[in-house]
Amino acid sequence: MEVKLTPKTAPAPQTALQAALQTTAQPISADVEVRIRKRFTNPEGSFNLNVHFRALAGFTILFGASGAGKTTLLDCIAGLSDPDEGRIAVGGEDLYDSEKKLNVAAWKRRIGYVHQELALFPHLTAEQNVAYGLRTLSATERQTRSREMLEAFRIAHLRDRRPTQISGGERQRVALARALVTEPRALLLDEPLAALDRPTKSSLVGDLRRWNQHHRVPILFVTHNGEEVFALGDEVIVLDAGIIVAQGQPHEVMRAPRLETVAHLSGFENIFDATVLALHEDRGTMTCQLGTCQLENGAVELETPLVRAEVGSHLRVGVRAGDLLLATEHPRGLSARNVLPGTIRQLEQRDVIVSAMVDCGGTEFEVHLTLAARDALQLGPGKGVWVVVKTHSCHLMGM
Amino acid sequence: MNWEAFWLTVRLAAIVSTLLIAIGIPIAYWLTYSRWRWKFLVEAAVALPIVLPPTVLGFYVLVALGSRSPLGRWWESLTGHTLAFTFEGLVIGSLLYGLPFAVQPFAASFGAVDPKLLHASASLGHSPVQTFRRIVLPLSKAGLVTGFALSFAHTLGEFGVVLMVGGNIPGVTRTISIDIYDQVQTANYSSANQTALVLLVISFLVLSIVYGVNRRPWVVGPWR
Repeated sequence: MEVKLTPKTAPAPQTALQAALQTTAQPISADVEVRIRKRFTNPEGSFNLNVHFRALAGFTILFGASGAGKTTLLDCIAGLSDPDEGRIAVGGEDLYDSEKKLNVAAWKRRIGYVHQELALFPHLTAEQNVAYGLRTLSATERQTRSREMLEAFRIAHLRDRRPTQISGGERQRVALARALVTEPRALLLDEPLAALDRPTKSSLVGDLRRWNQHHRVPILFVTHNGEEVFALGDEVIVLDAGIIVAQGQPHEVMRAPRLETVAHLSGFENIFDATVLALHEDRGTMTCQLGTCQLENGAVELETPLVRAEVGSHLRVGVRAGDLLLATEHPRGLSARNVLPGTIRQLEQRDVIVSAMVDCGGTEFEVHLTLAARDALQLGPGKGVWVVVKTHSCHLMGM
Repeated sequence: MNWEAFWLTVRLAAIVSTLLIAIGIPIAYWLTYSRWRWKFLVEAAVALPIVLPPTVLGFYVLVALGSRSPLGRWWESLTGHTLAFTFEGLVIGSLLYGLPFAVQPFAASFGAVDPKLLHASASLGHSPVQTFRRIVLPLSKAGLVTGFALSFAHTLGEFGVVLMVGGNIPGVTRTISIDIYDQVQTANYSSANQTALVLLVISFLVLSIVYGVNRRPWVVGPWR
């Protein structure tokens, strides 16, 4: 996600936020444990969702193409859909267990669920929507809590409006506030940011992060957008046709996209940790050193587009293999700002594309070429080349 | 114009359509959300009065209310008189006859509520019944008004069932439509015309209410 690293949004009303957070600063040690099988169908046919994982407090991204079974999985955890067999537990409490014939009703599970379509109640105002889940509290308590939440999510001024009278981003905030105010034991978010523009997205993500710093609940976040994985994830689970094909920290899973699905979905064959070395605000660019350690010898430097970041801050750079050029001689008179000397380590033909792994001073780039280019340049392992990277081919992603 | 018959009919229609709200909502709820495989049989049974000749329905109701049926005997032991040919008997017959006109709009509007809203309500800790009260009912207002108005209008104009179950007792079971029939039988055409016109106007007004509350505001208009 090319987020502005210090999002330019109205300063958070800290007092209200703090107040909202303090009402429930009890840290709950919670995790979500899932081991289920379920047959599901999507437009491409019938699949078996067959997953086994544990999600700890913090963001766990469920990543995969549409139809991979992500929503089916969330529905099972929320209790809106029954698995064929298996076990689901949240915070150590069993919610579903086919062996014990246990199946806790959805409304007793205390799991927050925000769907992509939000499902705000159209006949209630924003405030009534947020207060809806506080059924068991007294009227005054309900009002206090929902107003604090509206403040914390910066939508207090909309409290008397109906969902049809507010914008998409504001509706998203209402839906999140409505789910969070009930203090769920776990939070399921099914592409809640999909319809938002980037600045709105990153400010909402910031609010969500702040909320969870105090609540520490597991948040399962479904997306098929590779950029969101880096912006949010502590942990990524990659689903394909109902099966977990990769799991780990975002940069591990996404950066070594040995799996076609991961590479395809993230869209970036090359993903590097980077450190900002210098900002050139007059030129709209900055210099980044690949690697997080400043003193690494011979580390590759890249000129990238300027984002709001400080010198020394860490971020990630993604480059598509198809956006890179190879030259057999040092090119001159080129508009591209990054020309890196390297050595071809390996060439591999995939259908009509040749994938070259090029070692540039310890950093490996994947470059896609045509068969004709390979033959014309007589490329082969061990050959010295220059990798050409356009500034605007470097996509910066937040950490 | 026979005002006695008129007010009797309005009273009957008001009682029947109000009771149908109370009876129709649980039935419509069950028809909307039940996953019982034989549900369609119940749906067919509820819809029967739409196609059944009123005389057939009226005949069976009469038999069921008579002193030879368990229901009739129970009522007799309780009140000392039979249900047949009474206002109460008329209410029971009209309830059965009007059932589909209330239940079908109710069920249609319950079914039109987005299931995502029900899921959201459940994940916010509301039981199905609470969800029904706080989400489904408020969003089904138009369906409730439609069901009430249709069963009201339908009861106003019913003839066959009333004649079979209630007979034609002035002040007790003589409704407007029977009054019109009587007047025509005695060649009192101008009086029949007057009463018929009142019934026509009321029916039109009630249906206008139905279509009025179900009116969709223009979504796309040439001026946009």
